[in-house]
Amino acid sequence: MIIIEDIHYSYASNIEALKGVSLTIKDGDFIAIMGQNGAGKTTFIKHFNGLLKPSSGTVRVNGVETTKTSVAALAKNVGFVFQNPDNQLFSETVEDEIAFALKNFGFDKETIEKRVTWALDFLSLTQYRKTSPFLLSGGERKRVALASVLAWDPETLVLDEPTIGQDHEQKEKLRQFITQLQTKNKTVVMVTHDVEFVAECNPRVILMRGGKIVADGIAKDILTNSKLLEESSIVLPQITQIFTKLSPLGLPTDIIDINEAELTILSKVKERQTQ
Amino acid sequence: MSVFDGLKFRKVFSPIHNLDPRIKFIYVIAIFISAILFSQILPLAILFLMQLPFVFLARVQKQWVRSLRGAAFLAGFIFIVNILTTYFYNDFNLTALNVESALAMTMRFVVLVESFSVFFLTTSPDYLGLALEQSRVPYEFAFAFTTAVRFVPVLAEEAQTIMDAQKARGLELEKGSLLKRIRNYIPILIPLIVSAIRRSLELAEAMESRAWGATKKRTNLYLLKLHKGDYILLGITALILIVTIYVRFFLPEAIPLISSFF
Repeated sequence: MIIIEDIHYSYASNIEALKGVSLTIKDGDFIAIMGQNGAGKTTFIKHFNGLLKPSSGTVRVNGVETTKTSVAALAKNVGFVFQNPDNQLFSETVEDEIAFALKNFGFDKETIEKRVTWALDFLSLTQYRKTSPFLLSGGERKRVALASVLAWDPETLVLDEPTIGQDHEQKEKLRQFITQLQTKNKTVVMVTHDVEFVAECNPRVILMRGGKIVADGIAKDILTNSKLLEESSIVLPQITQIFTKLSPLGLPTDIIDINEAELTILSKVKERQTQ
Repeated sequence: MSVFDGLKFRKVFSPIHNLDPRIKFIYVIAIFISAILFSQILPLAILFLMQLPFVFLARVQKQWVRSLRGAAFLAGFIFIVNILTTYFYNDFNLTALNVESALAMTMRFVVLVESFSVFFLTTSPDYLGLALEQSRVPYEFAFAFTTAVRFVPVLAEEAQTIMDAQKARGLELEKGSLLKRIRNYIPILIPLIVSAIRRSLELAEAMESRAWGATKKRTNLYLLKLHKGDYILLGITALILIVTIYVRFFLPEAIPLISSFF
Protein backbone atom coordinates (compact mmCIF):
# COMPACT_ATOMS: atom_id res chain seq x y z
CA MET A 1 0.00 0.00 0.00
CA ILE A 2 1.39 3.36 -1.02
CA ILE A 3 0.00 6.51 0.56
CA ILE A 4 1.00 9.82 -0.96
CA GLU A 5 0.01 12.98 0.86
CA ASP A 6 0.22 16.41 -0.74
CA ILE A 7 3.67 16.07 -2.26
CA HIS A 8 5.50 18.88 -4.02
CA TYR A 9 8.69 18.38 -5.98
CA SER A 10 11.04 20.89 -7.60
CA TYR A 11 14.04 20.05 -9.75
CA ALA A 12 17.38 21.79 -9.23
CA SER A 13 16.45 24.11 -12.09
CA ASN A 14 13.61 25.46 -9.88
CA ILE A 15 10.93 23.96 -12.09
CA GLU A 16 8.12 22.75 -9.87
CA ALA A 17 7.17 19.42 -11.42
CA LEU A 18 4.66 18.35 -8.76
CA LYS A 19 2.33 20.85 -7.16
CA GLY A 20 0.48 19.07 -4.39
CA VAL A 21 -0.38 15.49 -5.36
CA SER A 22 -2.21 13.06 -3.08
CA LEU A 23 -3.05 9.48 -3.92
CA THR A 24 -3.70 6.21 -2.14
CA ILE A 25 -2.71 3.04 -3.96
CA LYS A 26 -4.23 -0.04 -2.36
CA ASP A 27 -2.86 -3.58 -2.70
CA GLY A 28 -4.12 -5.13 -5.90
CA ASP A 29 -4.89 -1.83 -7.61
CA PHE A 30 -4.27 -1.50 -11.33
CA ILE A 31 -3.65 2.12 -12.26
CA ALA A 32 -2.78 3.86 -15.52
CA ILE A 33 -1.32 7.34 -15.18
CA MET A 34 -1.92 9.44 -18.28
CA GLY A 35 -1.30 13.02 -19.32
CA GLN A 36 0.63 15.08 -21.83
CA ASN A 37 4.42 15.38 -21.90
CA GLY A 38 5.71 17.37 -18.95
CA ALA A 39 2.62 16.71 -16.83
CA GLY A 40 4.82 15.24 -14.08
CA LYS A 41 3.98 11.55 -14.56
CA THR A 42 7.52 10.17 -14.44
CA THR A 43 8.50 12.54 -11.62
CA PHE A 44 5.49 11.28 -9.70
CA ILE A 45 6.16 7.55 -10.09
CA LYS A 46 9.83 8.00 -9.19
CA HIS A 47 8.57 8.87 -5.70
CA PHE A 48 7.11 5.38 -5.25
CA ASN A 49 10.49 3.71 -4.64
CA GLY A 50 12.30 6.71 -3.23
CA LEU A 51 14.35 7.59 -6.33
CA LEU A 52 13.00 11.09 -5.75
CA LYS A 53 12.12 12.39 -2.32
CA PRO A 54 9.34 14.99 -2.06
CA SER A 55 10.32 18.61 -1.31
CA SER A 56 7.28 18.68 0.96
CA GLY A 57 4.54 16.19 1.82
CA THR A 58 5.01 12.48 2.49
CA VAL A 59 5.14 9.18 0.61
CA ARG A 60 4.61 6.03 2.67
CA VAL A 61 5.22 2.55 1.29
CA ASN A 62 3.67 -0.06 3.60
CA GLY A 63 3.77 2.52 6.38
CA VAL A 64 7.46 3.43 5.90
CA GLU A 65 8.24 6.99 4.88
CA THR A 66 10.48 7.02 1.77
CA THR A 67 12.70 9.77 3.19
CA LYS A 68 13.66 7.48 6.08
CA THR A 69 14.93 4.49 4.08
CA SER A 70 17.04 3.58 1.04
CA VAL A 71 15.97 3.00 -2.55
CA ALA A 72 17.37 -0.53 -2.37
CA ALA A 73 15.19 -1.35 0.64
CA LEU A 74 12.08 0.09 -1.03
CA ALA A 75 12.90 -1.53 -4.37
CA LYS A 76 12.26 -4.97 -2.94
CA ASN A 77 8.59 -4.06 -2.58
CA VAL A 78 8.30 -1.68 -5.49
CA GLY A 79 9.74 -2.92 -8.79
CA PHE A 80 10.36 -0.14 -11.28
CA VAL A 81 10.83 -0.80 -15.00
CA PHE A 82 12.36 2.17 -16.82
CA GLN A 83 11.19 3.36 -20.18
CA ASN A 84 14.51 2.81 -21.93
CA PRO A 85 16.00 -0.67 -21.37
CA ASP A 86 19.41 0.59 -22.50
CA ASN A 87 19.63 2.53 -19.24
CA GLN A 88 20.14 -0.68 -17.30
CA LEU A 89 21.49 -3.50 -19.48
CA PHE A 90 25.15 -4.21 -18.77
CA SER A 91 25.68 -7.95 -18.25
CA GLU A 92 27.34 -10.42 -20.57
CA THR A 93 24.30 -12.64 -20.84
CA VAL A 94 20.56 -12.18 -20.49
CA GLU A 95 20.67 -14.69 -17.65
CA ASP A 96 23.18 -12.57 -15.66
CA GLU A 97 21.16 -9.46 -16.33
CA ILE A 98 18.08 -11.00 -14.77
CA ALA A 99 20.08 -12.39 -11.84
CA PHE A 100 21.64 -8.97 -11.05
CA ALA A 101 18.84 -7.67 -8.83
CA LEU A 102 18.37 -11.07 -7.20
CA LYS A 103 22.04 -11.07 -6.19
CA ASN A 104 21.72 -7.51 -4.88
CA PHE A 105 18.81 -8.57 -2.69
CA GLY A 106 20.83 -11.51 -1.41
CA PHE A 107 18.74 -14.45 -2.63
CA ASP A 108 20.44 -17.86 -2.42
CA LYS A 109 21.81 -19.55 -5.52
CA GLU A 110 19.02 -22.06 -5.87
CA THR A 111 16.30 -19.42 -5.68
CA ILE A 112 18.14 -17.22 -8.18
CA GLU A 113 18.36 -20.11 -10.66
CA LYS A 114 14.66 -20.88 -10.21
CA ARG A 115 13.50 -17.27 -10.54
CA VAL A 116 15.69 -16.59 -13.60
CA THR A 117 14.34 -19.67 -15.38
CA TRP A 118 10.80 -18.65 -14.51
CA ALA A 119 11.25 -15.03 -15.72
CA LEU A 120 12.92 -16.14 -18.97
CA ASP A 121 10.11 -18.53 -19.68
CA PHE A 122 7.43 -16.05 -18.74
CA LEU A 123 8.61 -13.42 -21.22
CA SER A 124 9.57 -15.98 -23.91
CA LEU A 125 13.28 -15.25 -23.63
CA THR A 126 14.50 -18.75 -22.83
CA GLN A 127 16.22 -19.12 -26.21
CA TYR A 128 18.31 -16.01 -25.42
CA ARG A 129 19.46 -17.21 -22.00
CA LYS A 130 23.17 -17.18 -22.93
CA THR A 131 22.97 -14.35 -25.49
CA SER A 132 24.37 -10.89 -24.84
CA PRO A 133 21.47 -8.49 -24.17
CA PHE A 134 23.12 -5.97 -26.49
CA LEU A 135 22.55 -8.26 -29.48
CA LEU A 136 18.77 -8.38 -29.00
CA SER A 137 16.23 -6.21 -30.79
CA GLY A 138 14.68 -3.16 -29.10
CA GLY A 139 11.50 -4.99 -28.12
CA GLU A 140 13.44 -7.97 -26.77
CA ARG A 141 15.73 -5.71 -24.72
CA LYS A 142 12.63 -4.15 -23.23
CA ARG A 143 11.40 -7.60 -22.23
CA VAL A 144 14.76 -8.42 -20.65
CA ALA A 145 14.46 -5.24 -18.57
CA LEU A 146 10.96 -6.26 -17.52
CA ALA A 147 12.10 -9.81 -16.73
CA SER A 148 14.96 -8.48 -14.60
CA VAL A 149 12.43 -6.72 -12.37
CA LEU A 150 9.74 -9.42 -12.37
CA ALA A 151 12.30 -11.96 -11.24
CA TRP A 152 12.21 -10.82 -7.61
CA ASP A 153 8.41 -10.80 -7.60
CA PRO A 154 7.81 -7.34 -6.08
CA GLU A 155 4.36 -6.68 -4.65
CA THR A 156 4.04 -3.45 -6.62
CA LEU A 157 5.17 -3.09 -10.23
CA VAL A 158 5.70 0.36 -11.73
CA LEU A 159 6.00 0.46 -15.52
CA ASP A 160 7.11 3.57 -17.39
CA GLU A 161 5.76 3.45 -20.94
CA PRO A 162 5.70 -0.35 -21.22
CA THR A 163 4.14 -0.54 -24.70
CA ILE A 164 6.61 1.61 -26.63
CA GLY A 165 8.36 -0.39 -29.36
CA GLN A 166 6.27 -3.51 -28.76
CA ASP A 167 4.27 -5.13 -31.54
CA HIS A 168 0.65 -6.05 -31.06
CA GLU A 169 1.35 -9.59 -29.97
CA GLN A 170 3.73 -8.44 -27.24
CA LYS A 171 1.25 -5.81 -26.06
CA GLU A 172 -1.42 -8.47 -25.81
CA LYS A 173 0.97 -10.65 -23.82
CA LEU A 174 1.72 -7.72 -21.52
CA ARG A 175 -1.99 -7.21 -20.99
CA GLN A 176 -2.55 -10.86 -20.16
CA PHE A 177 0.42 -10.77 -17.88
CA ILE A 178 -0.94 -7.77 -15.97
CA THR A 179 -4.27 -9.56 -15.63
CA GLN A 180 -2.42 -12.54 -14.24
CA LEU A 181 -0.68 -10.30 -11.69
CA GLN A 182 -4.09 -8.94 -10.71
CA THR A 183 -5.24 -12.43 -9.77
CA LYS A 184 -2.21 -12.69 -7.48
CA ASN A 185 -3.32 -9.43 -5.82
CA LYS A 186 -0.23 -7.56 -7.07
CA THR A 187 -0.35 -3.81 -7.58
CA VAL A 188 0.45 -2.46 -11.04
CA VAL A 189 1.00 1.20 -11.88
CA MET A 190 1.84 2.16 -15.44
CA VAL A 191 2.55 5.45 -17.13
CA THR A 192 1.47 5.46 -20.74
CA HIS A 193 0.37 7.51 -23.74
CA ASP A 194 -1.15 4.46 -25.38
CA VAL A 195 -4.87 5.17 -25.07
CA GLU A 196 -5.88 2.00 -26.97
CA PHE A 197 -3.85 -0.13 -24.60
CA VAL A 198 -5.48 1.52 -21.60
CA ALA A 199 -8.92 0.97 -23.15
CA GLU A 200 -8.12 -2.74 -23.59
CA CYS A 201 -6.76 -3.12 -20.04
CA ASN A 202 -9.56 -1.20 -18.36
CA PRO A 203 -7.67 0.01 -15.26
CA ARG A 204 -8.32 2.88 -12.86
CA VAL A 205 -7.14 5.95 -14.77
CA ILE A 206 -5.39 8.94 -13.24
CA LEU A 207 -5.02 11.98 -15.42
CA MET A 208 -2.24 14.44 -14.64
CA ARG A 209 -1.75 17.97 -15.95
CA GLY A 210 0.73 20.65 -14.87
CA GLY A 211 1.97 18.70 -11.86
CA LYS A 212 -1.49 17.94 -10.47
CA ILE A 213 -4.01 15.14 -10.65
CA VAL A 214 -6.98 16.46 -12.63
CA ALA A 215 -9.07 13.30 -12.83
CA ASP A 216 -9.19 9.92 -11.12
CA GLY A 217 -11.73 7.27 -11.97
CA ILE A 218 -12.57 4.10 -13.90
CA ALA A 219 -11.32 3.94 -17.50
CA LYS A 220 -14.83 3.97 -18.90
CA ASP A 221 -15.60 7.34 -17.28
CA ILE A 222 -12.34 9.07 -18.13
CA LEU A 223 -11.57 7.72 -21.60
CA THR A 224 -15.02 8.71 -22.84
CA ASN A 225 -14.88 12.26 -21.48
CA SER A 226 -13.81 14.04 -24.68
CA LYS A 227 -13.48 17.48 -23.06
CA LEU A 228 -11.23 16.22 -20.29
CA LEU A 229 -9.04 14.24 -22.68
CA GLU A 230 -8.73 17.08 -25.16
CA GLU A 231 -7.36 19.36 -22.44
CA SER A 232 -4.65 16.75 -21.83
CA SER A 233 -3.84 16.24 -25.56
CA ILE A 234 -5.23 12.71 -25.52
CA VAL A 235 -7.55 11.45 -28.25
CA LEU A 236 -10.52 9.23 -27.49
CA PRO A 237 -10.03 5.49 -28.12
CA GLN A 238 -11.01 4.67 -31.73
CA ILE A 239 -13.98 2.64 -30.65
CA THR A 240 -15.28 5.57 -28.58
CA GLN A 241 -14.73 7.92 -31.53
CA ILE A 242 -16.91 5.72 -33.73
CA PHE A 243 -19.64 5.51 -31.12
CA THR A 244 -19.52 9.29 -30.60
CA LYS A 245 -19.97 9.81 -34.32
CA LEU A 246 -22.83 7.30 -34.42
CA SER A 247 -24.57 8.74 -31.35
CA PRO A 248 -27.27 10.46 -33.50
CA LEU A 249 -28.42 6.92 -34.36
CA GLY A 250 -29.12 6.34 -30.70
CA LEU A 251 -25.89 4.55 -29.78
CA PRO A 252 -24.28 5.24 -26.38
CA THR A 253 -21.00 7.25 -26.30
CA ASP A 254 -19.43 5.62 -23.27
CA ILE A 255 -18.02 2.50 -24.91
CA ILE A 256 -14.31 1.60 -24.71
CA ASP A 257 -14.43 -2.17 -24.92
CA ILE A 258 -14.65 -4.05 -28.21
CA ASN A 259 -16.81 -6.83 -26.83
CA GLU A 260 -19.20 -4.35 -25.29
CA ALA A 261 -19.29 -2.46 -28.59
CA GLU A 262 -20.11 -5.63 -30.48
CA LEU A 263 -22.93 -6.53 -28.11
CA THR A 264 -24.37 -3.01 -28.25
CA ILE A 265 -24.35 -2.97 -32.06
CA LEU A 266 -25.82 -6.46 -32.29
CA SER A 267 -28.67 -5.60 -29.95
CA LYS A 268 -29.32 -2.38 -31.92
CA VAL A 269 -29.39 -4.31 -35.18
CA LYS A 270 -31.75 -6.91 -33.77
CA GLU A 271 -33.98 -4.16 -32.42
CA ARG A 272 -34.22 -2.66 -35.93
CA GLN A 273 -34.90 -6.05 -37.53
CA THR A 274 -37.83 -6.76 -35.23
CA GLN A 275 -39.35 -3.36 -35.92
CA MET B 1 27.12 15.64 -11.42
CA SER B 2 28.18 18.98 -10.01
CA VAL B 3 31.57 18.65 -11.75
CA PHE B 4 29.86 18.85 -15.12
CA ASP B 5 27.70 21.77 -14.06
CA GLY B 6 30.93 23.65 -13.38
CA LEU B 7 31.91 23.26 -17.03
CA LYS B 8 28.56 23.91 -18.67
CA PHE B 9 28.39 27.02 -20.80
CA ARG B 10 25.57 29.47 -20.20
CA LYS B 11 24.97 32.45 -22.40
CA VAL B 12 25.84 35.64 -20.50
CA PHE B 13 27.09 38.94 -21.88
CA SER B 14 30.31 39.93 -20.21
CA PRO B 15 33.71 41.23 -21.29
CA ILE B 16 35.15 37.76 -20.65
CA HIS B 17 32.54 35.97 -22.76
CA ASN B 18 33.29 38.32 -25.64
CA LEU B 19 37.00 37.55 -25.68
CA ASP B 20 38.42 35.56 -28.57
CA PRO B 21 38.51 31.87 -27.57
CA ARG B 22 41.94 31.44 -29.12
CA ILE B 23 43.48 34.09 -26.87
CA LYS B 24 41.60 32.74 -23.87
CA PHE B 25 43.00 29.32 -24.62
CA ILE B 26 46.54 30.67 -24.87
CA TYR B 27 45.95 32.37 -21.52
CA VAL B 28 44.77 29.10 -19.94
CA ILE B 29 47.81 27.29 -21.33
CA ALA B 30 50.06 30.01 -19.89
CA ILE B 31 48.46 29.55 -16.47
CA PHE B 32 48.84 25.79 -16.91
CA ILE B 33 52.57 26.13 -17.69
CA SER B 34 53.11 28.52 -14.76
CA ALA B 35 51.30 26.18 -12.38
CA ILE B 36 53.47 23.28 -13.52
CA LEU B 37 56.70 25.30 -13.24
CA PHE B 38 56.13 26.42 -9.66
CA SER B 39 56.02 23.97 -6.82
CA GLN B 40 55.84 26.44 -3.93
CA ILE B 41 52.63 27.46 -2.32
CA LEU B 42 53.07 31.22 -2.59
CA PRO B 43 53.29 31.63 -6.39
CA LEU B 44 50.54 29.04 -6.82
CA ALA B 45 48.32 30.98 -4.44
CA ILE B 46 49.02 34.12 -6.45
CA LEU B 47 48.05 32.26 -9.64
CA PHE B 48 44.84 31.17 -7.91
CA LEU B 49 43.97 34.71 -6.82
CA MET B 50 44.78 36.12 -10.25
CA GLN B 51 41.84 34.21 -11.77
CA LEU B 52 39.30 35.73 -9.41
CA PRO B 53 38.84 39.02 -11.34
CA PHE B 54 38.01 36.94 -14.43
CA VAL B 55 35.42 34.95 -12.53
CA PHE B 56 33.74 38.07 -11.17
CA LEU B 57 33.92 39.98 -14.46
CA ALA B 58 32.29 37.03 -16.21
CA ARG B 59 29.65 36.72 -13.43
CA VAL B 60 30.02 32.95 -13.25
CA GLN B 61 30.85 32.77 -9.51
CA LYS B 62 28.09 30.28 -8.70
CA GLN B 63 29.00 27.73 -11.39
CA TRP B 64 32.69 28.28 -10.72
CA VAL B 65 32.29 27.50 -7.02
CA ARG B 66 30.36 24.40 -8.03
CA SER B 67 33.20 23.19 -10.25
CA LEU B 68 35.66 23.70 -7.39
CA ARG B 69 33.37 21.81 -5.05
CA GLY B 70 33.27 19.01 -7.61
CA ALA B 71 37.07 18.94 -7.66
CA ALA B 72 37.31 19.01 -3.86
CA PHE B 73 37.31 15.23 -3.51
CA LEU B 74 40.19 14.76 -5.94
CA ALA B 75 42.06 17.68 -4.35
CA GLY B 76 41.69 16.04 -0.95
CA PHE B 77 42.93 12.78 -2.41
CA ILE B 78 46.02 14.48 -3.88
CA PHE B 79 46.76 16.12 -0.53
CA ILE B 80 46.47 12.86 1.42
CA VAL B 81 48.57 10.86 -1.05
CA ASN B 82 51.28 13.55 -0.95
CA ILE B 83 51.31 13.65 2.84
CA LEU B 84 51.37 9.85 3.13
CA THR B 85 54.16 9.28 0.60
CA THR B 86 56.44 11.90 2.18
CA TYR B 87 55.56 10.51 5.60
CA PHE B 88 56.59 6.97 4.69
CA TYR B 89 59.52 8.12 2.58
CA ASN B 90 61.00 10.19 5.43
CA ASP B 91 60.98 7.31 7.90
CA PHE B 92 57.67 8.28 9.50
CA ASN B 93 58.57 11.93 9.98
CA LEU B 94 56.40 14.81 8.97
CA THR B 95 57.79 18.35 8.85
CA ALA B 96 56.00 21.61 8.24
CA LEU B 97 57.81 21.72 4.90
CA ASN B 98 56.23 18.41 3.88
CA VAL B 99 52.78 19.70 4.69
CA GLU B 100 53.48 22.87 2.74
CA SER B 101 54.61 21.03 -0.36
CA ALA B 102 51.58 18.72 -0.18
CA LEU B 103 49.40 21.83 0.03
CA ALA B 104 51.25 23.29 -2.94
CA MET B 105 50.56 20.18 -5.05
CA THR B 106 46.89 20.42 -4.13
CA MET B 107 46.88 24.12 -4.94
CA ARG B 108 48.42 23.36 -8.34
CA PHE B 109 45.54 21.02 -9.13
CA VAL B 110 42.99 23.58 -7.94
CA VAL B 111 44.57 26.27 -10.15
CA LEU B 112 44.33 23.97 -13.19
CA VAL B 113 40.70 23.11 -12.51
CA GLU B 114 39.92 26.76 -11.85
CA SER B 115 41.37 28.07 -15.09
CA PHE B 116 39.84 25.37 -17.28
CA SER B 117 36.52 25.90 -15.57
CA VAL B 118 36.62 29.63 -16.32
CA PHE B 119 37.53 28.87 -19.93
CA PHE B 120 34.69 26.40 -20.52
CA LEU B 121 32.17 28.45 -18.54
CA THR B 122 32.76 31.52 -20.68
CA THR B 123 33.33 30.02 -24.13
CA SER B 124 30.39 28.78 -26.18
CA PRO B 125 31.01 25.46 -27.97
CA ASP B 126 30.20 27.18 -31.27
CA TYR B 127 32.94 29.76 -30.80
CA LEU B 128 35.31 27.04 -29.76
CA GLY B 129 34.61 25.16 -32.99
CA LEU B 130 35.05 28.36 -34.96
CA ALA B 131 38.37 29.01 -33.23
CA LEU B 132 39.58 25.52 -34.09
CA GLU B 133 38.53 25.89 -37.70
CA GLN B 134 40.26 29.24 -38.02
CA SER B 135 43.37 27.70 -36.51
CA ARG B 136 43.35 25.38 -39.57
CA VAL B 137 42.16 22.32 -37.68
CA PRO B 138 40.27 20.16 -40.22
CA TYR B 139 36.53 20.72 -39.95
CA GLU B 140 35.83 17.06 -39.12
CA PHE B 141 37.99 17.30 -36.01
CA ALA B 142 36.63 20.69 -34.99
CA PHE B 143 33.12 19.33 -35.36
CA ALA B 144 33.87 16.19 -33.38
CA PHE B 145 35.35 18.31 -30.61
CA THR B 146 32.44 20.74 -30.32
CA THR B 147 29.95 17.88 -30.46
CA ALA B 148 31.78 16.11 -27.65
CA VAL B 149 31.71 19.25 -25.52
CA ARG B 150 28.04 19.75 -26.24
CA PHE B 151 27.17 16.19 -25.29
CA VAL B 152 28.72 16.36 -21.82
CA PRO B 153 25.52 17.61 -20.12
CA VAL B 154 23.47 15.05 -22.07
CA LEU B 155 25.73 12.27 -20.85
CA ALA B 156 25.61 13.60 -17.29
CA GLU B 157 21.82 13.43 -17.38
CA GLU B 158 21.95 9.94 -18.83
CA ALA B 159 24.35 8.83 -16.10
CA GLN B 160 21.81 10.02 -13.54
CA THR B 161 19.01 8.01 -15.20
CA ILE B 162 21.20 4.91 -15.34
CA MET B 163 22.07 5.28 -11.66
CA ASP B 164 18.36 5.52 -10.88
CA ALA B 165 17.61 2.43 -12.97
CA GLN B 166 20.27 0.35 -11.20
CA LYS B 167 19.32 1.65 -7.75
CA ALA B 168 15.78 0.52 -8.55
CA ARG B 169 17.25 -2.96 -9.01
CA GLY B 170 18.77 -2.90 -5.56
CA LEU B 171 22.27 -1.63 -6.38
CA GLU B 172 23.80 0.23 -3.43
CA LEU B 173 26.61 2.44 -4.70
CA GLU B 174 27.92 3.53 -1.31
CA LYS B 175 28.14 0.08 0.24
CA GLY B 176 31.07 -2.25 0.79
CA SER B 177 34.86 -1.99 0.73
CA LEU B 178 36.72 0.42 -1.57
CA LEU B 179 37.18 -2.29 -4.20
CA LYS B 180 33.51 -3.23 -4.00
CA ARG B 181 32.51 0.40 -4.36
CA ILE B 182 34.59 0.77 -7.50
CA ARG B 183 33.06 -2.42 -8.88
CA ASN B 184 29.62 -1.02 -8.08
CA TYR B 185 30.17 1.46 -10.89
CA ILE B 186 30.43 -1.22 -13.59
CA PRO B 187 26.62 -1.42 -13.98
CA ILE B 188 26.64 2.36 -14.44
CA LEU B 189 29.59 2.67 -16.81
CA ILE B 190 28.71 -0.09 -19.27
CA PRO B 191 25.22 1.19 -20.17
CA LEU B 192 26.67 4.71 -20.34
CA ILE B 193 29.40 3.71 -22.78
CA VAL B 194 27.12 1.48 -24.85
CA SER B 195 24.49 4.18 -25.18
CA ALA B 196 27.13 6.81 -26.02
CA ILE B 197 28.42 4.60 -28.84
CA ARG B 198 24.91 3.84 -30.02
CA ARG B 199 24.05 7.53 -29.91
CA SER B 200 27.13 8.49 -31.90
CA LEU B 201 26.33 5.94 -34.61
CA GLU B 202 22.78 7.25 -34.82
CA LEU B 203 24.05 10.81 -34.93
CA ALA B 204 26.44 9.92 -37.76
CA GLU B 205 23.64 8.31 -39.79
CA ALA B 206 21.30 11.23 -39.18
CA MET B 207 24.01 13.69 -40.23
CA GLU B 208 24.90 11.78 -43.36
CA SER B 209 21.27 11.61 -44.37
CA ARG B 210 21.25 15.39 -44.07
CA ALA B 211 24.21 15.65 -46.48
CA TRP B 212 26.96 16.31 -43.99
CA GLY B 213 30.26 16.95 -45.76
CA ALA B 214 28.64 17.37 -49.19
CA THR B 215 30.61 20.54 -49.94
CA LYS B 216 34.34 20.37 -49.62
CA LYS B 217 34.90 24.07 -49.02
CA ARG B 218 32.98 25.49 -46.12
CA THR B 219 32.46 29.16 -45.42
CA ASN B 220 31.46 30.63 -42.08
CA LEU B 221 28.82 33.23 -41.35
CA TYR B 222 30.79 34.53 -38.39
CA LEU B 223 34.52 35.14 -38.38
CA LEU B 224 36.64 35.62 -35.29
CA LYS B 225 38.49 38.93 -35.17
CA LEU B 226 40.80 40.19 -32.47
CA HIS B 227 39.58 43.24 -30.54
CA LYS B 228 41.16 45.58 -28.02
CA GLY B 229 40.31 43.29 -25.08
CA ASP B 230 41.99 40.36 -26.82
CA TYR B 231 45.24 42.30 -27.23
CA ILE B 232 45.11 43.30 -23.57
CA LEU B 233 44.66 39.66 -22.51
CA LEU B 234 47.47 38.64 -24.84
CA GLY B 235 49.67 41.26 -23.13
CA ILE B 236 48.71 39.96 -19.68
CA THR B 237 49.46 36.42 -20.81
CA ALA B 238 52.89 37.38 -22.11
CA LEU B 239 53.60 39.22 -18.85
CA ILE B 240 52.60 36.19 -16.76
CA LEU B 241 54.87 33.94 -18.81
CA ILE B 242 57.82 36.35 -18.66
CA VAL B 243 57.48 36.87 -14.89
CA THR B 244 57.05 33.13 -14.33
CA ILE B 245 60.10 32.16 -16.35
CA TYR B 246 62.22 34.95 -14.85
CA VAL B 247 61.31 34.14 -11.25
CA ARG B 248 61.47 30.39 -11.76
CA PHE B 249 64.82 30.22 -13.53
CA PHE B 250 66.67 33.34 -12.46
CA LEU B 251 65.37 34.01 -8.96
CA PRO B 252 64.47 30.55 -7.63
CA GLU B 253 65.86 31.46 -4.19
CA ALA B 254 63.63 34.51 -3.90
CA ILE B 255 60.40 32.49 -3.48
CA PRO B 256 59.72 32.45 0.25
CA LEU B 257 58.41 29.33 1.95
CA ILE B 258 55.62 29.90 4.42
CA SER B 259 57.01 27.27 6.78
CA SER B 260 60.34 29.14 6.96
CA PHE B 261 58.62 32.02 8.75
CA PHE B 262 58.05 29.90 11.83
